[in-house]
Amino acid sequence: MQLDPVLNTDGSWRPASDIAKAVVAKQVTALAVTEAALAKIARHNPVLNAFTDVTVGRARSTAKVIDAAIAAGKPVGPLAGVPFAVKNLFDVAGLPTRAGSKINLDRPAAVRDATLVERLEAAGAVLVGALNMGEYAYDFTGENVHYGPSRNPHDTTRMTGGSSGGSGGAVGGNLVPFALGSDTNGSIRVPSSFCGIFGLKPTYGRLSRARSFPFVASFDHLGPFARSVEDLAIIYDAMQGADAEDAACTARAIEPVTGLLGQDIGGLRIAAAGGYFRQNLFPEAKEAVARVTKALGVTKDVELPEAARARAAAYVISTVEGASLHLDRLRTRPDDFDPAVRDRLLAGAMVPAPLVDRAQKFRRWYRSQVLELFKSVDIIIAPATPCIAPKLGQRTFTLDGVEQPVRAHIGIYTQPISFIGLPVVTVPVPLDPMPIGVQIITAPWREDIALRVAWALEHAAIANAPSAKYL
Amino acid sequence: MTDRLDSYIDAVSATLDLPIDDACRPAVRANLDVTLKMARMVDEFPLPDATEPATIYAA
Repeated sequence: MQLDPVLNTDGSWRPASDIAKAVVAKQVTALAVTEAALAKIARHNPVLNAFTDVTVGRARSTAKVIDAAIAAGKPVGPLAGVPFAVKNLFDVAGLPTRAGSKINLDRPAAVRDATLVERLEAAGAVLVGALNMGEYAYDFTGENVHYGPSRNPHDTTRMTGGSSGGSGGAVGGNLVPFALGSDTNGSIRVPSSFCGIFGLKPTYGRLSRARSFPFVASFDHLGPFARSVEDLAIIYDAMQGADAEDAACTARAIEPVTGLLGQDIGGLRIAAAGGYFRQNLFPEAKEAVARVTKALGVTKDVELPEAARARAAAYVISTVEGASLHLDRLRTRPDDFDPAVRDRLLAGAMVPAPLVDRAQKFRRWYRSQVLELFKSVDIIIAPATPCIAPKLGQRTFTLDGVEQPVRAHIGIYTQPISFIGLPVVTVPVPLDPMPIGVQIITAPWREDIALRVAWALEHAAIANAPSAKYL
Repeated sequence: MTDRLDSYIDAVSATLDLPIDDACRPAVRANLDVTLKMARMVDEFPLPDATEPATIYAA
């Protein structure tokens, strides 16, 4: 059976919607598509190090069930036969949920999949494995001392970004058509930027986090990575819905976006983020933002008030909630952590409580100020990262003559946004030699607007997921 | 501040029953110093008394 309906001539995946149509039309079987994904993983993962677990038997079984349903004339979902993988903080039945750690390998295997995995498989998608990540998601690099670094498919000497590093590498490197990750302070948007793919961090509370390993309950979001905006939308729609097993998950009705993508964006009020978001940028980040704002006809900046303080408050809440989560493990197994993660968490355990309360009160104030901004604009454009992917192991870079620590600096433009749970689509701008992302930010619960703007940028050839040179 | 921060780390470590190995103490101290600077940035910002925390959060 030919794979032409699901693979482009350069070996990259065709969009998920095309793959599902080909499977439903019996032009290719779900099993053949799954085998193609498994072959790609076997060939490229030894270098990319995106996968920590490949669920070969499960994937083949799932694919056979889909093929049998199609043969019997039964309905299958919009992702029929589309392979995908998840960051290894999602529960996958039969696997211990590593969350990037060595410690969690000692936990019993999960007995049930995470809600989002269940929903995607109900839509016909085929889980093929679990993906590498920074330890306990406290990471912007994609490096991992226990399992080795995820490697950037556009230059394997560079970082994928983190903490969803394997998700970025697996989709950027075309091992799978799409993947899931998590974003607490930027962990979907940073790998999307560095690996040249589309990423959606929905509104806080939009998608269920049930049966995923947490980091910072106040900020944790789950979301998809894909190679096109339409794929992001289809995947997102398949995952929406209330879930009583996640206390933060909204009870709002499902708001599908896939059918809305082509709507005209001419009436939208679009501005660029000024001030804080115009500082500390490498030329590539400036160029990417300039291309996007020019294409959208943006003529004005808006200022997110006190963005630097918002980032500081996000930093404080993250380290304290992270420390609280891991307190017992810090007491009993300190030597089994990545030392860099452990030492940040130990410090987080020592922050006086009133300062944390102040940060949560500041968060409420900042939210009200930013929501006020959204009365006069619909979309805010901002850089996703200050730079293209740094080299693996790189500790510092020099910006405007000042040496800055890489790890702490990567998330400076993402943290003030996730701090108040705003939805963001990160679009890849295919600069040469390395891509870089731009954030399309909108008001809570308006993922539809951000996706429409991203779709327009993709169809204007300003944003796209470039083929990986490594492949 | 050096002595006060070291003493503070000792006191919290004992109170929380959270041992800090000597080898990692300099890194913990450096991280705490950065975190407290961040917290101070937030603390300096005046907020009305009636401001609610965002602990239970809905976007």
